[in-house]
This record gives sequence, C-alpha cells and structure tokens, in this order.
Amino acid sequence: MDFSLTSTQTSIQQMVRAFAAREVKPTAAVTDETCAFPRDNVQKMQRYGLMGMNVPTEFGGAGADDISYAIAVEELSKVCATTGVILSAHNSLFCDPLLKFGTPAQQEKYLIPAANGKTLGAFALTEPNAGTDAASQVTRARKVDGGYRLNGSKIFITNAGEADVYVVFAMTDPSKGTRGISAFILEKGWEGFSFGRVEEKMGIHGSSTRELIFQDVFIPQENLLGEEGKGFKIAMVTLDGGRIGIAAQAVGIAQGALDETIAYIKQREQFNQPISKFQAVQFTIADMQTQTSAARLLTYQAADAKTRGLPYSNLAAMAKLFASETAGFVTNKAVQLHGGYGYTREYPVERMMRDAKITEIYEGTSEVQRMVISSHAIG
Amino acid sequence: MNILVCIKQVPDTREIRVDLETGTMIRKGVPSIINPDDLHALEYALTLKDEDPDTHVVVLSMGPLQAKEALIECLCMGADQAILLSDRAFGGADTWATANTLAAAVRRLQPFDLILCGQQAIDGDTAQVGPQLAERLAIPQITYAQSVRLENHSVQVERQMEDGYQLVKADLPILITATRKLNQPRYMNIRDIVKVHQADDPVQVWGLEDLDLDPGQVGLKGSPTRVKRSFSPAASSEVRFFSGTADEMAASLIDSFRTLNLIEK
Ligand SMILES: Cc1cc2nc3c(=O)[nH]c(=O)nc-3n(C[C@H](O)[C@H](O)[C@H](O)COP(=O)(O)OP(=O)(O)OC[C@H]3O[C@@H](n4cnc5c(N)ncnc54)[C@H](O)[C@@H]3O)c2cc1C
Repeated sequence: MDFSLTSTQTSIQQMVRAFAAREVKPTAAVTDETCAFPRDNVQKMQRYGLMGMNVPTEFGGAGADDISYAIAVEELSKVCATTGVILSAHNSLFCDPLLKFGTPAQQEKYLIPAANGKTLGAFALTEPNAGTDAASQVTRARKVDGGYRLNGSKIFITNAGEADVYVVFAMTDPSKGTRGISAFILEKGWEGFSFGRVEEKMGIHGSSTRELIFQDVFIPQENLLGEEGKGFKIAMVTLDGGRIGIAAQAVGIAQGALDETIAYIKQREQFNQPISKFQAVQFTIADMQTQTSAARLLTYQAADAKTRGLPYSNLAAMAKLFASETAGFVTNKAVQLHGGYGYTREYPVERMMRDAKITEIYEGTSEVQRMVISSHAIG
Repeated sequence: MNILVCIKQVPDTREIRVDLETGTMIRKGVPSIINPDDLHALEYALTLKDEDPDTHVVVLSMGPLQAKEALIECLCMGADQAILLSDRAFGGADTWATANTLAAAVRRLQPFDLILCGQQAIDGDTAQVGPQLAERLAIPQITYAQSVRLENHSVQVERQMEDGYQLVKADLPILITATRKLNQPRYMNIRDIVKVHQADDPVQVWGLEDLDLDPGQVGLKGSPTRVKRSFSPAASSEVRFFSGTADEMAASLIDSFRTLNLIEK
C-alpha cells in the first residue's frame, strides 16, 4: 500500500491548484452573487485539458486516472464549488457513460468532442416525481420508424441549457419497471427539446440547474445509449462514478473552508491575542482537519478502485456520504470560528457553507448512500 | 522553426537567507521554481508553436539533477524536448563558465532560429548569461524584450527602457531575453502532464563528456569571478517623523536627503 501521490498526480495537483487560485478564485464571489454560469472558467478548463481529463487519449481525453480527476475537482471546489460541479457533471455524468456504454460511432460523434472540451455534457435522470425513486420515470420514449419519440420533462439538471449534449433517461416500456428504462443521447437544439424553469438555489449559484422539456422530440435509433431497457443500470453505474466527483467536490469545499479559517484565526485578535491561541479554537481546527483528511482518503480510495477496475460502488457511496457530511460540518465550524464576520458575505465561508449542502443531496442523498452501504454491509 | 529556451531552476524566495558562517545561501526548506523571467521566454516560444505546430521548442538548463523537475514542468507546458547539463565539473560556475557550457550544448543541437532566455535569474540577478551566450555563439542579441513581432525571417522587438522602449529590428538567428511584460505564462496542461510522466526519461542529461569543451572552461575552474563574501544586509528600521506644515515637512525631508547624500548638497 502506498499513500503518496504519483508524480503525475502531484503535477496535476500543482497545476490545478495554481489554475484555481489565479483563474477561478478571483471570480468565485461574483459568480455566487450574479448566479451567472462561469463560461470563462469552462473555456479555460478546456484549454488546459481538464474537460474530459480522465477519458483515455484515444477518445480525445487527457488520459489521467481517477485520483487525478478527484484532485482536480477538489482543487477547483476549494475556491469555487460551482466550477467543481461543472467539471464533475461533464466528466462523470456525461463522458463516463459514453465511454462505458457508447457505440464506436457514438463515441466518435459525442465522446471525442466532449472529452476535448469542445462540447459540454449533462445527465438527466430526475423528474418532478422521480427523485430518489428514480425508477418511477414518466418521461416516455415511444418506438417509431427509425428511432423514438420522446415526451416528458426532467428537473434539476446540472449544466442544462449550457450543455450541448445530454444523456437522457426515459421509459421505453412501462410494463417492465426498471427494465423498461432506456438511455438516449440528445443534442441541444433538436426540435421539441427546450429548457424550462431555472432553479433559484441556496448554493452553487453559478451552476445551471434547469428543467428539460421534451415535446415529441425525435431521437434517431443510433442515439440509443446501450441496449433498450438497460437505462436504469446505466444510470446507477454512472452515478457510482459521479459520487467520486461529488465526494471530491465536498472534500474541496471542506479544505477551502478550513484554509480560510486557519488564516482568519491567526490574524483575528480578541482578549489581546490571536483567537488561534484558544484551545477551544485549536481543537475545532483539529476536528475539521481530521474529518477532511479522512474524507479525502475515502475519496481517493474509491477513485483508485475505479481506475484499477475493482468494485467501487460501495467505496464511492462511503466517500460521498462521509465527505458531504464533512463538508457540512467543516463549513459550519468555519463560519462559527469567523464569528459575525463569517455570517457576512465579506468572507467566503458564508458561501462555502451554502455550497456544501448540495453535496448531501445530489447524485443520491445521504440516505441513499446509507442504503447502498448498509446493503453491502448486511447483505 | 527551431527555438531554444534556456531556463534555470531557482529557489522560490524573494528574501534569500544566507548562512552567516559559510556565506552560502540556505536552500533547505525553500521550494524550487522555474526562474520567473524564463517562463516568459518559454511562453513566447510556446505561443509561436500554437501558431505554427511545426515549431520545435527545446528547453535547456544547466544545474544539479534536481533541475530535471523544472524541465519536466516546461515539457508539461508544451515544450517538445528538454536537456539538462549536469556534471560535477559544472558546479560553481559563474556566468562566464555557464555561458561556455550552454553554448557547447547549443552547438551540439540543431541550429536554432531563435534562442530565448529570461532577462535575469532571481537568485543571481546578473542578467549576463543571455548576452554572454549570444557572444559565444556569435549571433546578435536583443535584451529586455517587452514585445516581439516575428515576420518572415526577422524580428521587431520593443526593448524595455526606464522611460519608454526602444524599437529594434534584426534578422534571425537571434538571442532575445524576455521581461515579464512580454506575456502571461501559461500553466502546465493535463494532456502534457500525463504524456510526459508516461515517458521513461523525458529529460536528456548531458555531462562534460557529451560536450566539446575543455574542463578548464567550465565550473569553478572556468569561472574568472569569485564570490568574495555573502551577507544579509542588516535591516535597519530607523523611522523618522516630520511635523509642521506641508512646506516645513518637505524642507525637512529634503534636508535629510542631503545629509544622506541621496541628492546633491
Ligand atoms: C442543484 C441540483 C443539481 C442536480 N443535478 C442533477 C442532474 O444533473 N441530473 C439529475 O438527474 N438530477 C439532478 N439533481 C436531482 C437530485 O439528484 C435529486 O434532487 C435527488 O436525487 C433527490 O431527489 P428529490 O429531490 O426528488 O428528493 P426525494 O427523493 O423526494 O427525497 C426527499 C427526502 O426523502 C428521503 N428519502 C426518499 N426516499 C427514501 C427512502 N426510501 N428511504 C429513506 N429516505 C428516503 C431523501 O433522502 C430525502 O431526504 C439535482 C438536484 C439539485 C438540487
């Protein structure tokens, strides 16, 4: 067992850390305030090979491993959780299922441009009445000559509107339950495919979270992803990988809040000394640091298992559960240690605390992670 | 087009600490970086490569084996080839001996249309190696470039001056030293990081025997200058306050400048 990063991972960490500090951090507060999708960041991430970074080079990616990818999401999320999730959704939720389940023609047409960042991807599973119970899809794809006709809607879709390409799940045969769900690749701009309501959220303000509306959208047969009826499996496998990205996002948010807090307590003086001299403050930092480090190890372990081709579903669930709850705990303490200033927008920990919450909800709530973990544990 | 960029690995510190007993720099605990001005030289080369993918960018450095890291970083930014000149015999070189060594390596490599160096290194601050290298290679040089325009087989360079710039035109091949005004250096990129680290040995290392050089021209032996003494200037924190009207305070300030011989009496 070797707990040190490889030279590649170290270089990637060094590079993304510098990139995040200089290119992303300065605009993070404005992105939060204006709720504007940070298109500039996406373009810069493309230039530096981050979009599709863990896709093999033969499919247009950079060929990095999953720990490197987790490191990248973490470093970005340290300064801007919005930018972190844009990368995570694109890589884990769009590129990954195309890599695993796409036909060579689909990979040529959709994966290669996505992996070199020319297009942005999204993943659409959730519906108004199909959240945790993702199997109760009502969006319907009916078989027609040469393909399918899609009707229905999706909500809460990350990158919606901004993305060029979408993996969309729909019921092809309602009589078969989860075996009646199929996955499709849709392009923005297709007739009948439009965007609805933009959610106003607690955090990750710059990330677009929007409704997709399908009115008789024609999907050519060649855009069926995987086999008909295998959509639910594709969704679950994809989310297993996505959870590594979200765990990394949570680790990043926690580490970012911790870094801000350590800097703050050293310079904030009360009772004629820096508040970092108080043991109560020191012990809080110790707890924040320990949990963040533990969350990072779980995340890297899940990522490592994925790269090695080992089972990682349970590891990813544990990483996401622990990291997201850690992000909640650490950001809450970060605000606490900043006192009244922490509650204001003058300091980034206020934003970080709002951003942290979503990591306990999307790509499976903490309750869902507990179901996955307990079923592995108990059998 | 063939471009050579000379880079140096330096300690990342704006306040170098000196061991007062030995007079040498304390390197322990100080992270090493690519000399900041050199990154501007490399950036210019890489911009030309962006415009014309046939451009071949070689990075060259002389230093201990540890300097491989710096060269690897250059490769991860997009340079094509990296060479490190490393040999015990090269140790203790001043700028003269360094230029001898670099020039021998350049002669061994293909002819270059353009050689780029940083204006100066933050550890030595001499700004001599670039110009000396051009002299050894008997090619023209333009120092302190704040902008470069390449056209056909010539360059138009704005040389940064204290009160403006000088516009200089010259034919290739030429050596140019870059200032930080020249551009904004890029980061490493994920594609090259992965590719470079997969290579068995991305940096070629050359020693004295690989170069056509007399041992007396390199390292300490080949260095006509010697560091006599190194010291940290004692930080004095004498602060004086002047009071009175604005005119009185200005007069006192001028008086004190005179006493300190900062302006003529
Ligand atoms: C900002 C944001 C971005 C998102 N991005 C995407 C995206 O890109 N693509 C996409 O498809 N979806 C996306 N989602 C949707 C997200 O994955 C769902 O919101 C999430 O899975 C929960 O579903 P729900 O909101 O319907 O909550 P519900 O399923 O209604 O859950 C409500 C509560 O009940 C609990 N609960 C439900 N069932 C059980 C059970 N059986 N046992 C115990 N507790 C249970 C849940 O854990 C939760 O606490 C996004 C959501 C948000 C807010």
